[in-house]
Amino acid sequence: MRIVIRNGRLVCPAQQLDELGDLYIADGRIVAAGKAVDGFTADLEIALEGQFVCPGIVDLSVHTREPGFEHKATIASETEAAVRAGVTSMVCPPTTRPVTDNPSVVELIHQRQTRLDKTRIYPLGALTKGLEGRQLTEVAALRQAGCVGLSNADNPITDTEVLRRAFEYAVGFDLPVFIHPEDSYLRNRGVMHEGKISTRLGLPGIPETAETIAISRALLLIEQTGVRAHFCRLSCARSVELVAAAKQQGLPVSADTGICYLYLTEMNVDGFNSQCHLWPPLRTDRDRQALLEGLRSGVIDAVCSDHQPHDEDAKAAPFSSTEPGASTLEVLAPLAFSLASTRGFKLEHIIGALTCRPASIIGINAGTLAESAPADLFIFDEGSQWTVNAEKLASAGKNTPFDNWEMGGKVTCTIIDGKVMFRDL
Amino acid sequence: MTSHSIQLDQHGRLIHFLTTEGLSRQILTSILDYAESFAGVGGRAIKKVPLLRGKTVANLFFESSTRTRTTFELAAKRLSADVLNINIAMSATSKGEALQDTLHTLEAMHCDLFVVRHGNSGAAHFIAGQVADNVRVINAGDGRHAHPTQAMLDMFTIRRHKPDFESLRIAIVGDIAHSRVARSNIHALNTLGVSDIRVIAPKALIPEDVESLGVQVFHDLNEGLRDVDVITMLRLQRERISNAVLPSEEEYFQCYGLTEARLSVASPDAIVMHPGPINRGIEIDSQVADGERSVILQQVSHGIAIRMAVMAMVMGVAPGDGMVGE
Repeated sequence: MRIVIRNGRLVCPAQQLDELGDLYIADGRIVAAGKAVDGFTADLEIALEGQFVCPGIVDLSVHTREPGFEHKATIASETEAAVRAGVTSMVCPPTTRPVTDNPSVVELIHQRQTRLDKTRIYPLGALTKGLEGRQLTEVAALRQAGCVGLSNADNPITDTEVLRRAFEYAVGFDLPVFIHPEDSYLRNRGVMHEGKISTRLGLPGIPETAETIAISRALLLIEQTGVRAHFCRLSCARSVELVAAAKQQGLPVSADTGICYLYLTEMNVDGFNSQCHLWPPLRTDRDRQALLEGLRSGVIDAVCSDHQPHDEDAKAAPFSSTEPGASTLEVLAPLAFSLASTRGFKLEHIIGALTCRPASIIGINAGTLAESAPADLFIFDEGSQWTVNAEKLASAGKNTPFDNWEMGGKVTCTIIDGKVMFRDL
Repeated sequence: MTSHSIQLDQHGRLIHFLTTEGLSRQILTSILDYAESFAGVGGRAIKKVPLLRGKTVANLFFESSTRTRTTFELAAKRLSADVLNINIAMSATSKGEALQDTLHTLEAMHCDLFVVRHGNSGAAHFIAGQVADNVRVINAGDGRHAHPTQAMLDMFTIRRHKPDFESLRIAIVGDIAHSRVARSNIHALNTLGVSDIRVIAPKALIPEDVESLGVQVFHDLNEGLRDVDVITMLRLQRERISNAVLPSEEEYFQCYGLTEARLSVASPDAIVMHPGPINRGIEIDSQVADGERSVILQQVSHGIAIRMAVMAMVMGVAPGDGMVGE
């Protein structure tokens, strides 16, 4: 398939490109972005009026729920949601059932993905067997099978010796370790940020120190072992400070946050709103501001959806009994783009946090419109407003905290590997 | 949506009673005034009024309770309602499903009012959001969040002894962090105009940012009790010691237990309250619990009148359609 996209606003932070022009695709690769190609014959011509043409989003955390939790969502449902969201590559945590702690689970995921042929999936392998925090996994085999990183996901390793050894072992395979920083003792049975709102609602709180102590502990072991580490879902101001200092010091660390943490706070939990039951918890507005500043300054490298689709029952219970997580794939791009108009972010910076920077964290050739790069991209129309309707989300998870929110822009076309996967132009 | 808006209809009438937070002074005062009219019913030869005849009240207790359940049962029976008592042991794995299934089953039996006690904060709100439009919900205690009828019977007891709320100094002593009674009392006291509300406890039992609820924090009992008119003692759960929150019951009693000697710094006519059940020798000395300042047993009997008033109001059978005193 040979495609030409005419008159788009081509934005590619990896090449510092932001200009009106045409983009040429052939044989699954980008032929040229901005420059004219003489004698190019296209099978498909997409004519734009200055809408954004960006590298496909590399989402650092999407739970597809498959294998193991197909009553919540499947690889089929979530890759369909992903293409509608402009997400062309996604990292999937090892919290499958069985856990992604051996090559056969990775192969199963890849087989499903290959058959569906939509968004590319990059699984993370479990850092310890069964995510139990005791025995190391066979990292060579996991890497061989295609894992792009290692993680113990939402099961923090409490034994510091195991954590040290896991870091040391990962160093030998040059795989980044994805860390969800949490001290499980301090979290205890907490379900929301410990503060004014948890006090009023009488919900068990999770103190900020549950996150910052875990980051501090990990940073000292990163310093000792030299492992490349990525901190997932920073939620508080102090965490941004800790990661900033570590970067200053030259430690090999990166960090992301989820889109929810840039828009929502503990206040949104008021009324026992289980759609805002997230992990890590939504914190104060001061924390939210610090995360935005961290994103602006580059301390936070990437923004991900942290997409966690749930079945209806998972959220239909008294708050503490509900499961954490939100279905966010389809609001990621519009909410991220809006940061430019509402918070004064440079658009190129935002797009970089969705594309080339996460791509470099997992070391894949994606997130760029450079010549001969894989033709993964999406078109975003800022003029196309829409209102979120939970029931109409493509994701099997209708659990959105953003129901009825106005979105200032829409993904109108997604191309993966040079093929049009979704088009609503 | 805030946590309290669900309990009022579009005209501002009380349709569910889930928390004292966010209710107007007028509504709280109406409850107290209306309860006064029921306070005598228990002393009559025939202890019944026909306000809820033909209605079915289901006491839905997911957490065990003796005094709250029995006073709700008595209150419903004195209003001539039919009463179902359902004690549901919670299984750890299927709380959510069990709860929804139970509700739908009971709805199919055409219950008119659910009185709910549940171990999770927000459970009564969740249920109020699930039931059919004509079904009412009263919160009989949810997790650490709220116990509004307890708060109102405490207000009732306070008002009988000290009718001028605005001049009062009130201390709540003990496990504020885990106490739904403390939260509901603090909201009600603030709304009724009390300006000096103190919470007294070791730091680990004071929740984060509690000052934002409109209270002053004291860690020293003598200092906190100085000149107070009302003292509410809270029950200390044993698990606070097994979970490393506190070192021992003995030391707790030494520092925070209410004794005659400690009471001497309070106002000479101070009253002592306790939501029960009492841990004698842990948070309160028997001499005080049974002494002349104690109004603990009055609280229990006031509980019936308050619960009658609240039930009648949410069911829309109170004079003035739930807006007594308007």
